[in-house]
Amino acid sequence: MDILTWTYLLVGLSFILYIGIAIWTRAGSTQEFYVAGGGVSPLANGMATAADWMSAASFISMAGLISFSGYDGSVYLMGWTGGYVLLALLLAPYLRKFGKFTVPDFVGDRYYSNKARVVAVICALFISFTYVAGQMRGVGIVFSRYLEIPIEWGVVIGMCIVFFYAVLGGMKGITYTQVAQFCVLIFAYMVPAIFISMQLTGNPVPQLGLGGEVADGTPLLAKLDGVLADLGFAEYTSGRKGMGDMLAITLALMVGTAGLPHVIVRFFTVPRVKDARLSAGYALFFIAILYTTAPAVAAFGIYNAINSTSEKNISELPNWVQNWQKTNLIAVDDKNGDGKIQYVADPARNELTIDKDIMVLAGPEIANLPNWVVGLIAAGAMAAALSTAAGLLLVISTSVSRDLVKTFNPEISEKTELRIARFAAAGAVIFAGYFGVNPPGFVAEVVAFAFGLAAASFFPVIILGIFSTRINKEGAIAGMVTGLVFTIGYIVYFKFVNPVINTPDHWWFGVSPEGIGSVGMALNFVVCFVVSKFTPAPPQDVQDLIQNIRIPKGAGAAQDH
Amino acid sequence: MSAYWKKNLRTLLILLFVWFIVSFGFGIILVEPLNQFHFGGYPLGFWFAQQGSIYSFVLLIFIYVIRMNFLDREFDVNED
Repeated sequence: MDILTWTYLLVGLSFILYIGIAIWTRAGSTQEFYVAGGGVSPLANGMATAADWMSAASFISMAGLISFSGYDGSVYLMGWTGGYVLLALLLAPYLRKFGKFTVPDFVGDRYYSNKARVVAVICALFISFTYVAGQMRGVGIVFSRYLEIPIEWGVVIGMCIVFFYAVLGGMKGITYTQVAQFCVLIFAYMVPAIFISMQLTGNPVPQLGLGGEVADGTPLLAKLDGVLADLGFAEYTSGRKGMGDMLAITLALMVGTAGLPHVIVRFFTVPRVKDARLSAGYALFFIAILYTTAPAVAAFGIYNAINSTSEKNISELPNWVQNWQKTNLIAVDDKNGDGKIQYVADPARNELTIDKDIMVLAGPEIANLPNWVVGLIAAGAMAAALSTAAGLLLVISTSVSRDLVKTFNPEISEKTELRIARFAAAGAVIFAGYFGVNPPGFVAEVVAFAFGLAAASFFPVIILGIFSTRINKEGAIAGMVTGLVFTIGYIVYFKFVNPVINTPDHWWFGVSPEGIGSVGMALNFVVCFVVSKFTPAPPQDVQDLIQNIRIPKGAGAAQDH
Repeated sequence: MSAYWKKNLRTLLILLFVWFIVSFGFGIILVEPLNQFHFGGYPLGFWFAQQGSIYSFVLLIFIYVIRMNFLDREFDVNED
């Protein structure tokens, strides 16, 4: 069978699976819609969290990003995994004990203030919308490249699928489809990686293959350093970014990860506090499978790509170059007219431009793997994009129905609340779909926003809310607002207002907009402390609440107001 | 209960110290000196940045789970 048939078959089968699960796990109550009834096992929650977290960007773009940045790409690997340690140790068990449905719920109750709750809702909505638009775009791209239908139709089909199971099933439907999506996406990522590792290094484990030797006996990484140096590029294993910036970006990504509302809410779905701790461990274990494979895929990809094109005759290029030239992900321009490709660092002489997404999307073709493996990549990328989109849509609908409507109209019935939640989810799907079809030019830029904002707004007030009994509502609101305004201001200035001077010489303390969330977070902490010191302590019932969430006993199921 | 909380904080501090050392320490600050050593075909600092830190993170969470389950039983704040 050819690639297109395999792709239709595998993507089609995976969709039938997701829809089947959605019908089987329909939500009947708000508790099932918001937190899956609180009865999810830690192992299932771990897989669901992993699928929720690993987005189209992790699946399609991360390996390619590392291919072209080498050691500097480590910020993503450490940043997007290290946050789970913070989540498991500092947040998840206590938020589970607190036992409500959302992050703004916690902020509002702990800081006994609806103002604080509204600030938290705005952050949650902003972060989630930014993210979900990118996912829909990912769905559209996969459809158009593999199934050869226009991007618009790809987005519409993706919207219908997500709409179906997020709106119908709520958290319950999402959780069990995410378990299936995790299995699909990890299988799709590992199979080509194992094949390629075997071919290049003779070792079937990609994590070991990356430290292995190529056919002539030199270590792969040393060989790659040499090849890149010959072409004028920096060595693969050494860095170009400043150390301060590396530290700041890694910290911002870690803390941002721990503060993302769609990740935090997953820990409300397990029955007990100890299950929340354990499922954070499972989640990171499942994420680590992909995240320790990605650097291997990255190095194998760039090594294979250079070997199969550099100094080769343009008339004799491998098939994958022609296939992907159609999508503009790869471009050949014989500048010196010698009929051969020169891939070099100097932009004036370079004749080959490769998009980072090629490393995963075309990986199986570059390595001449069977057609069904190519089809598998499409199904995996869809699983990654859909699972993350669904998790985000749920946060959006919950924020609207519960944190906004219910807070200010506490008398509405559960049935009405559920209907509002479903309407909000439907609205969010359409909104996200619109931006998937007409992506604003700045999708890539705003990702820095999402992490920076989560780091600078949520993380400090949640941590302090658990570990300090003295921080009060004045401190929390002032801290969140300071962190937010500072971080937004810095990013907007360097990314939109004055992008020309977005260079290390102009950055404050050498920190790039990607890493500024760490500084925003530090400011938030400081302001929180200082303002709280000069304003009255929280009332006694809040102090009792804090003492209560520190102890696992008596968690019970997640409660309504 | 303050004894339980103190032991919990101690556990957190130790684990977060290791968390900091394997990622920010070995993976970024000390990466150059560590790259003088090799681990298979990996320069050691590079290995920590792209592999070792992630394995350590997973281990840290499971150590935390075991330790806290033990503390919960010791202070009888365990759930059924």
